Amino acid sequence: MTYVIAGSCIKDDSCIEVCPVDCIHPKPGDPDFETAEQLYIDPEICIDCDACVEACPVDAIFPEAFTPEKFAYALDLNAEFFAQRSIEERTAA
Amino acid sequence: MGSGPRIAIVGAGPAGAFAAVCLWELRREAQVDLFERLPTPWGLLRGGVAPDHQEIKRLDDTFDRETLARGCRLFGNVEVGVDVSHEELMRHYTAVIYATGAQTDKSLGIPGEELPGSWAATEFVAWYNGHPDYRGLDFDLSPRRAVVIGNGNVAADVTRMLVRSLAELERTDVADHALEALRQSRIEEVVVLGRRGPAQMAFTSSELRELGELDGVELRVDPQEVELDPLSRSWLEERGTFTARKNVQLVREFAARPERTDARRRIVLRFLRSPVEIRGGGRVEAVDVGRNEIVQAGDGSLRPRPVNGDVETIECGLVLRSVGYRAVPLPGVPFDERSFVLPNDRGRVLGADGEPLPGVYAVGWIKRGPTGILGTNKRDADETVRCLVEDLAADRVPVPPDPDPEKIVALLAERNPDVVTVEGWRAIDADERQRGSREQRPRVKLSSRDELLAAAKPAAERPTGP
Repeated sequence: MTYVIAGSCIKDDSCIEVCPVDCIHPKPGDPDFETAEQLYIDPEICIDCDACVEACPVDAIFPEAFTPEKFAYALDLNAEFFAQRSIEERTAA
Repeated sequence: MGSGPRIAIVGAGPAGAFAAVCLWELRREAQVDLFERLPTPWGLLRGGVAPDHQEIKRLDDTFDRETLARGCRLFGNVEVGVDVSHEELMRHYTAVIYATGAQTDKSLGIPGEELPGSWAATEFVAWYNGHPDYRGLDFDLSPRRAVVIGNGNVAADVTRMLVRSLAELERTDVADHALEALRQSRIEEVVVLGRRGPAQMAFTSSELRELGELDGVELRVDPQEVELDPLSRSWLEERGTFTARKNVQLVREFAARPERTDARRRIVLRFLRSPVEIRGGGRVEAVDVGRNEIVQAGDGSLRPRPVNGDVETIECGLVLRSVGYRAVPLPGVPFDERSFVLPNDRGRVLGADGEPLPGVYAVGWIKRGPTGILGTNKRDADETVRCLVEDLAADRVPVPPDPDPEKIVALLAERNPDVVTVEGWRAIDADERQRGSREQRPRVKLSSRDELLAAAKPAAERPTGP
């Protein structure tokens, strides 16, 4: 399983600060950070710890299995964001 | 009386709130006071974010928990520059952080813009969100067609609000006067004009997707307008952002959809189109729209350029322009008339000599211009507050002549009998939520200053109702 960030993300980085495996990108300072409309969770790296859900001030993060219908697209979208990144980028802490 | 630095934040919107949060994290002993022109805090979170995006409005809980609940004082319904001057703030505070945002909108600069029926989208937004200064506006929603000019988040918001079903709107905190007007609305079609092409759209892909998934609403895009020009195509392939590629993919999907006959309302997305004139005898009757092509500017960026002579007329009775916000000067502090911000270096406001004015800072749109999303303000606030904390540590901030925290309270009370404190705001908030719970809505907003100020008064001081 993985967690998923929906389009209601406000990019306030609260989730990045608490993620123990650094699977939420882009991060402030990354070249694509400013143009990113939201943050994304790498489904290959996420360990389902729930820390980001607790941290998100706008409840934009869901466990895959409990993603509301209107945000169903977000599962593919999160995965797709990482598919365009190299393995080094994905695992760099 | 505490011993920490005394900080006044002018403007209790997201930028001001994030600055207060940041001060608590970096200088916990700081005493922070939030000054707010309206009787209610949180700025565009309350008055800008669309009512059908309630989940984002939940950020107010975090703001409350991390500012007011930690002891920040609120001076609501107080206008700096009117009720209290910059110089007076400097007498009572170690530092003043301006977080006043961008309060006006940009105009199109085309003939007919002033005709009745032509509005800034931000006026429509403030009206449906219950901003007390806008509740008296009279939007005529009897025309069949509206034109929205712009392709950003405000354009997306007003478009959704014009086409959403009543059943959906009735579950939100849309202002009651707006709900009543939307109930009578006869708008059937909203045409959204983007001056650039699908690859340069300013919508986020999530905003765009949402426009295509509204209940009972058809989204129509002309397949021909989705074809990318060669410049845009190669830009998208080589340097296109994740969002731009998603957007192009989405509009292609929309263009390929079969026409719907069962739709209640329709959104039409038009690309490479700019309004050249708004026409009508006494009120808006039509918009003349010119076609653009994409060209490469000297700096390599892709820009729209009008194609001479190619003009079509779109009949409509309502025009909402959404082409950006603009900040206004503040009395007593410098203003950059070209960039419409307070001249600043990483948040330190600069004087005419280019040197930082000791103890004066800026954060949010008044610092960087009207760009970015809510969370952008958190990083922006971090930058400003780090400068302030550094200046405090280096004794670069003058000691205020009169730091007694009660003096400002007395001064404000002299000038304005209706200052809304934290307790007053909590009373307003509780009142609105309680009214909301009776109607299965998040809240029912009080949207006139009189109602808000009455609700903010302790129960004993309120006139007894029936």
